[in-house]
Amino acid sequence: MKWVYTSQRKEYANALVEIGKVRTDVVVLDADLSSSTRTVEFAKKFPERFFNVGIAEQNLMGTAAGLAVSGKTVFASTFAVFATGRCWDQIRQSIAYPNLDVKIVATHAGITVGGDGASHQALEDIALMRTLPNMCVLVPADGLEAYKAVKAASEHRGPCYVRLGRADVPMVTSMDSSFTIGQATVLKEGTDVTLVGCGQMVALCMDAAEELHRSGISAEVVNMSTVKPLDEHTLLRSARKTGCMVTAEEHSVKSGMGSAVCSVLAENHPVPVRMVGTPDCFGESGESCELMGRYGLSAEHIVASAEEVIGRKRK
Amino acid sequence: MLETKANLLRRHIIKMTFTAQSGHPGGSLSYADIITALFFKVLKHRPQEPNWVDRDRFVLSKGHAAPVYYAALAEAGYFPVEDLTSLRRLGSHLQGHPCRKKTPGVEISTGSLGQGLSVANGMALAAKLDRRLSRIYCLMGDGELQEGQNWEAAMLASHYKLDNVTAFVDRNKMQIDGPTEHIMSLEPLVDKWKAFGWNVIEINGHNMRQILEACEKASQVTGKPTMIIAHTIKGKGVSFMEGAVAFHGKAPNADEYRIALKELGESI
Repeated sequence: MKWVYTSQRKEYANALVEIGKVRTDVVVLDADLSSSTRTVEFAKKFPERFFNVGIAEQNLMGTAAGLAVSGKTVFASTFAVFATGRCWDQIRQSIAYPNLDVKIVATHAGITVGGDGASHQALEDIALMRTLPNMCVLVPADGLEAYKAVKAASEHRGPCYVRLGRADVPMVTSMDSSFTIGQATVLKEGTDVTLVGCGQMVALCMDAAEELHRSGISAEVVNMSTVKPLDEHTLLRSARKTGCMVTAEEHSVKSGMGSAVCSVLAENHPVPVRMVGTPDCFGESGESCELMGRYGLSAEHIVASAEEVIGRKRK
Repeated sequence: MLETKANLLRRHIIKMTFTAQSGHPGGSLSYADIITALFFKVLKHRPQEPNWVDRDRFVLSKGHAAPVYYAALAEAGYFPVEDLTSLRRLGSHLQGHPCRKKTPGVEISTGSLGQGLSVANGMALAAKLDRRLSRIYCLMGDGELQEGQNWEAAMLASHYKLDNVTAFVDRNKMQIDGPTEHIMSLEPLVDKWKAFGWNVIEINGHNMRQILEACEKASQVTGKPTMIIAHTIKGKGVSFMEGAVAFHGKAPNADEYRIALKELGESI
């Protein structure tokens, strides 16, 4: 499919500035990556409400907690790999346990970080965040949805994790598509198989659906932009209709969105599933598109997985 | 009299940990005088209105020393004193480590060491943004200074000139595995905090006059945070607990309970 590409980081900055204009209680923190995460745009507009804590992610989260407990809504940003791994205990103890209004908006998630290699490729962050009580986990599909997710997070009570990518991503939603935390959206109706994606994998699900259509297979595409709380209703309704499912995420298949989906299906309506995501391994350096192919994050892999689960359904 | 109040809090510690048969008496007894000075003299707070926005804040970074914190909160009027013996019991609002969601007056949940100062800094930044005169007090253990996050927070407080932060180190020189200087030496501690840009005051943490004077001096300093290094004795006030690592995280048995209370002036 011919896609228009949008930047999630740019839209994050746009949303932050918009929120900052109307909400004087909003404060933004960064850990020396403000030009990369784009929180620098907020810093330029509202310097008195922006704090750079330096290269100190644990202190980033602790300071955010102190501001939040004093009535501020705090956005804390850095790369996803550091935002979740380096300070998971600080998030658990100082933010999630006291249920504070800290919005962790992490950029550079996933394998498409590219050249920086495995040390910088967060493939475990969804797993780390979704296991924390009180934490809401948002994985917007494109730039427009990133904007809406950040706005929704600012209005949500309690901690949120918003996962954004570095690279520009295909625009699969439109200005007027709705975004509500906890609600998945059906982007394309179908009857033979459900493709559930999050992040930029939603676009690849749409590409896969088009490819499947050419072989006479009707695929339903679900944008699971909230990984927690998971929209079980939409998920189960689709599973009952199509009878098989493929999940697709730019994250390890160990405990990511696919695992969350499988838990719901296993307990309520077991159907054949195949999970597309990075296998149980670290990434490596390379061009984003090369890495996506090497680690199986492709429309072709989704198509093959769909054909495979449809085959299992018929047995 | 603040000394009498401190003694009362010490008796609570013994009763609470004895009833629960777990908890941390040693590190609670060591800062009993400091928390008494704070809750009954220094802090601007309203126990009947715990969310009063202009209040001073207290952060217990060494969350395991919760018993005396709860005793101070109860005696100050945040909740009934009778609740104290429910410490660590299923359904009690008094968790083993402080929980903001459960206990009235607890500002932030702590327990995983080394996180309190960062949170206190966040509170101090918020107070400055809102132009409130609130002061933020943070009580830290000496052992927990081995956690690296403290030094990230030390840099931030000084960088942002958080003169509304007053931190204490309960320098009892003991941690679970032994003396701090044997396990992972902290000295020269005064020089370290000075090097990080803090105003540093050293006191005897069991001398009420020195505690109050240090708090007063800290409130006069502008442009930098203050660290009060309070030299204390772990288990202070109970002879067999003083300087005894064994009572870091162990409750007294029935005999020890009777002797401890007797030493603290209460006959049972």
